[in-house]
Amino acid sequence: MATVKPTDIAKLAHLARIAVSEEQAADVADRITEVLNLVDQLQEADTDGVEPMAHPLDTAQRLRADQVTETDQREAFQAIAPAVEDGLYLVPRVIDE
Amino acid sequence: MHDQTMAQLAQALQRGDFSSVELTRHYLDRIQRLDSTYNSFITVTETQALQQAAEADRRLAQGDAPALCGIPLAHKDLFCTDGVRTSCGSKMLDNFVPPYSATLVNNLQTAGAVMLGKTNMDEFAMGSSNETSYYGPVKNPWAVDCVPGGSSGGSAAAVAARLTPGATASDTGGSIRQPAALCGLTGLKPTYGRVSRWGMIAFASSLDQAGTLTRTAEDSALLLNTMASFDPKDSTSVDQPVEDYTAQLSQPLRGLKIGLPKEYFGPGLHPETAAAVDAAVKVYTDLGASVQEISLPHSHLAVPVYYVIGPAECSANLSRFDGVRYGYRCDDPADLMDLYQRSRSEGFGEEVKRRILVGTYALSAGFYDAYYSKAQKVRRLIQQDFIDAFKQVDVIMGPTSPSPAFALGAKSQDPVAMYLEDIYTIATNLAGLPALSVPCGLVDNKPVGLQIIGNYFAEARLLNVAHQFQQETDFHARTAPGID
Amino acid sequence: MEWETVIGLEVHVQLATDTKLFSGSSTAYGAEPNTQASANDLAMPGTLPVPNEAAFRYAVMFGLAVNAEIAKRSVFERKNYFYPDLPKGYQTTQLAEPIVGPGYVDIELENGQAKRIRIHHAHLEEDAGKSLHEDFHGMTGIDLNRAGTPLIEVVTEPDMRNAEEAVAFAKKLHNIVTSLEICDGDMSQGSMRFDVNVSVRPKGQAELGTRTETKNLNSFRFMEEAIELEVERQIDVLESGGTIVQETRLYNGETKVARSMRTKEDSDDYRYFPCPDLLPVILDDEYIDTVRLQMPELPEARRARFIADYGLTEYDATQLTGERAMADYFEATVKACGEAKLAANWIMADLSAYLNKAELTIAQSQITPVQLGGLITRLADGTLSSKIAKQVFEAMTLGEGDADTIIEARGLKQVSDTGALEKMVDEVIANNSQQVENYRAADDSKRPKMLGFFVGQIMKASKGQANPQAVNDILKKKLEG
Repeated sequence: MATVKPTDIAKLAHLARIAVSEEQAADVADRITEVLNLVDQLQEADTDGVEPMAHPLDTAQRLRADQVTETDQREAFQAIAPAVEDGLYLVPRVIDE
Repeated sequence: MHDQTMAQLAQALQRGDFSSVELTRHYLDRIQRLDSTYNSFITVTETQALQQAAEADRRLAQGDAPALCGIPLAHKDLFCTDGVRTSCGSKMLDNFVPPYSATLVNNLQTAGAVMLGKTNMDEFAMGSSNETSYYGPVKNPWAVDCVPGGSSGGSAAAVAARLTPGATASDTGGSIRQPAALCGLTGLKPTYGRVSRWGMIAFASSLDQAGTLTRTAEDSALLLNTMASFDPKDSTSVDQPVEDYTAQLSQPLRGLKIGLPKEYFGPGLHPETAAAVDAAVKVYTDLGASVQEISLPHSHLAVPVYYVIGPAECSANLSRFDGVRYGYRCDDPADLMDLYQRSRSEGFGEEVKRRILVGTYALSAGFYDAYYSKAQKVRRLIQQDFIDAFKQVDVIMGPTSPSPAFALGAKSQDPVAMYLEDIYTIATNLAGLPALSVPCGLVDNKPVGLQIIGNYFAEARLLNVAHQFQQETDFHARTAPGID
Repeated sequence: MEWETVIGLEVHVQLATDTKLFSGSSTAYGAEPNTQASANDLAMPGTLPVPNEAAFRYAVMFGLAVNAEIAKRSVFERKNYFYPDLPKGYQTTQLAEPIVGPGYVDIELENGQAKRIRIHHAHLEEDAGKSLHEDFHGMTGIDLNRAGTPLIEVVTEPDMRNAEEAVAFAKKLHNIVTSLEICDGDMSQGSMRFDVNVSVRPKGQAELGTRTETKNLNSFRFMEEAIELEVERQIDVLESGGTIVQETRLYNGETKVARSMRTKEDSDDYRYFPCPDLLPVILDDEYIDTVRLQMPELPEARRARFIADYGLTEYDATQLTGERAMADYFEATVKACGEAKLAANWIMADLSAYLNKAELTIAQSQITPVQLGGLITRLADGTLSSKIAKQVFEAMTLGEGDADTIIEARGLKQVSDTGALEKMVDEVIANNSQQVENYRAADDSKRPKMLGFFVGQIMKASKGQANPQAVNDILKKKLEG
């Protein structure tokens, strides 16, 4: 039985960039554990030699010709952006480089 | 006018019995008068609708207009609509007005269909009751204290309340068929790849498929004729000609081989729902179909597989909602981490966050093989069950949903109970097969649905099978009490 | 203790396609910010990727060029992490099933020895956008024009043992991708970027030491400096009893200082999984064979051709084909003058010296191949002496135009006209009667040396423009006749 602990939640929340407060962590951990217990039924299935199925379609990828089809739509796209300046999207200062 | 099917309205428009502007105004009036009860629309696009209707009238007057020209429709609010807010039922996209339209929206617009507005839905299509919407729950027109099903609850309630003759919808694990069953409608989820996913906001890319919510199978066929297309912009769109789905509707069913999976009639199925399904099957045998019991031995694993693959795909698909380029951004972020965490935590609702976290867990180091990879293998076993079954039968029938509509709030605190709502519908998404739900009876004065599953790209056959049932029964023609 | 260095490289090669890996946006360099970022590149909701055929064609060319297996089936995966220059919150890349499998590249070292460097694999992936850290009120600006540009990431085995080998490999790789025309090779614009994995171990030890990765080096020189610095640092740490921490480092080519990058806390958990928006790419033998037939000439084939067709020595051919642009320059020069040997000498000597001194790449040379060819033509037809030719070359480097223009403007034409030369010879003989007498009295064996005096006088009088051969002939006739 999988059990997700509140400490695991902190790691998951960080990876997913979702804030989970310490008070919420226990509840979220319980909820996720419930889902994982449901999912644990999978372990009973015999899947030896079974190819994983990523996709319902058993077909190959089409490839596109290398031709420019897009035009500049910056104005339309940036009209719905939360923060732009001089054509750039703004974010709080990125420190690590 | 609103008592007519889409097919009937289309003929009336072509004949000139009334104009598209009159018809559109009629539905807009109904929405304005009645939707405060159902909350089925998030956005009503009155001005654009009347413009489109006037344009449709010009085309109709010139003759040679396409079948759907002038027909009002509603779009589930996860299909991007150029210049019209597309919220996906989320605070995250409450301010999102895309400068482009989904391929299927363009297809319908080109054919002259009129957009009445955008319908309510579970946030990011994650839910089976339409209670996770940022815009509040949708009420079932058959019983306003009950859910309409989800995630396409707004589309279903709008059609059931006769606020639109038909609506687009999407189905990732049952999100068309379950609300169709709970609202007494015909709901079709086509084969994966039949309708373009371009411009449809993704929940789980390998499961999502757009489809129809209408009163009749004939209406579904009409709508699918226009919605379906090969789309070079969607790598998973299938390059196969679109059939005329209305062509086979009248074909007799003599000799049809129906499979009833024993796993779909086990404990957990409401006895009266089971009785309604049995009665429906009897209608088919009377029409000359033969019935045999079949087995889909991995059926019980469909929900577990789905709750790994769906969240895994969604955890990545929803990473783009980061407060940088569009959508919700938190106030005064202290730093980059704060921008991400608060924008996402404040912008997403609880169920969406839960699924993102579950998906993150399933893909994380050390769990990938036990969860994600295992689920993909079991997914193949589930598909193989269907491939084997379709060697013996033409269609598979069973209940769409275990029971009729439940009360608002009854399952919203119990995710696992909610997930089991989709116990009969999820497997077809995993396999990519087409399936539809038709109304087959009332339980506690609430509709229940018969699910019909077909082989890959057998939509025409499915619609034929559903249409013939609707020639013999009148469940699809019934109107919810209180709807005039 | 004697230490052994072990180096492996990861090289990002930006492919010279017209459009991005998954969208029809232009990849042209230098556009206004975000004007080449389509809905797909911005990860707008509902958008979907469709892969670019040319990116696969280029990757296959690369694979064939490095003797690698080409995967008939390759699969894109999502590498999940949050960063503002990564709009989807994941990078679409290949992990378990890359397009190019194991291969190798043979490099030549300064001492003339060859060494084989194995390639582990190469995969296709999309580039990220750019973060601009200029002051936007304390904010960072994001330009997504580059987001989605196709890259191949080439991953080597840890087969290199010093900076020289690593640089030789990097240069060879640069030569291959530019010869294939799958990459413009412009390192200053980030078209090729190197990540260097370095570890040291006591000589003779089989087990590898702990490695560090120095990221994003964008010149051969920086790469060499960064490796040498890191090797020195690691040996210092180990010899003073410390241990090497596995980490990512950054090298600043301006300050010549390297530092540890703040470690990303979740960098080890990218949650790769197959991208559900994309299907496996299946390439058949016919496709691969067609690409093989369309492949431009590779450096090694070109080297062999230079020896066979132009009669160059093995050494000259190797030098001239060491860099794609140099080989192109050579062939264009030969085309203009028809003198392969002279062209080779001029390029390897005078042109290289000029470029080195001016710190220019061959592409930035002030002298075009047609101009150099024109100079060589005038040298070959006797218009210029080799001494004057060097003056003309000098003038060319200053942008004074082609050889004929410079010769005309500076009056540098070699005098071969017999009448004019005879007049000069007569004058010299008349003004140096003592030397003439000595010459005439001398043995045949001493005369050639003595003749040099007269030649020198005439060259001086003609300001170097007299044709030396013609002067010799006339002098001999007049002195001995």
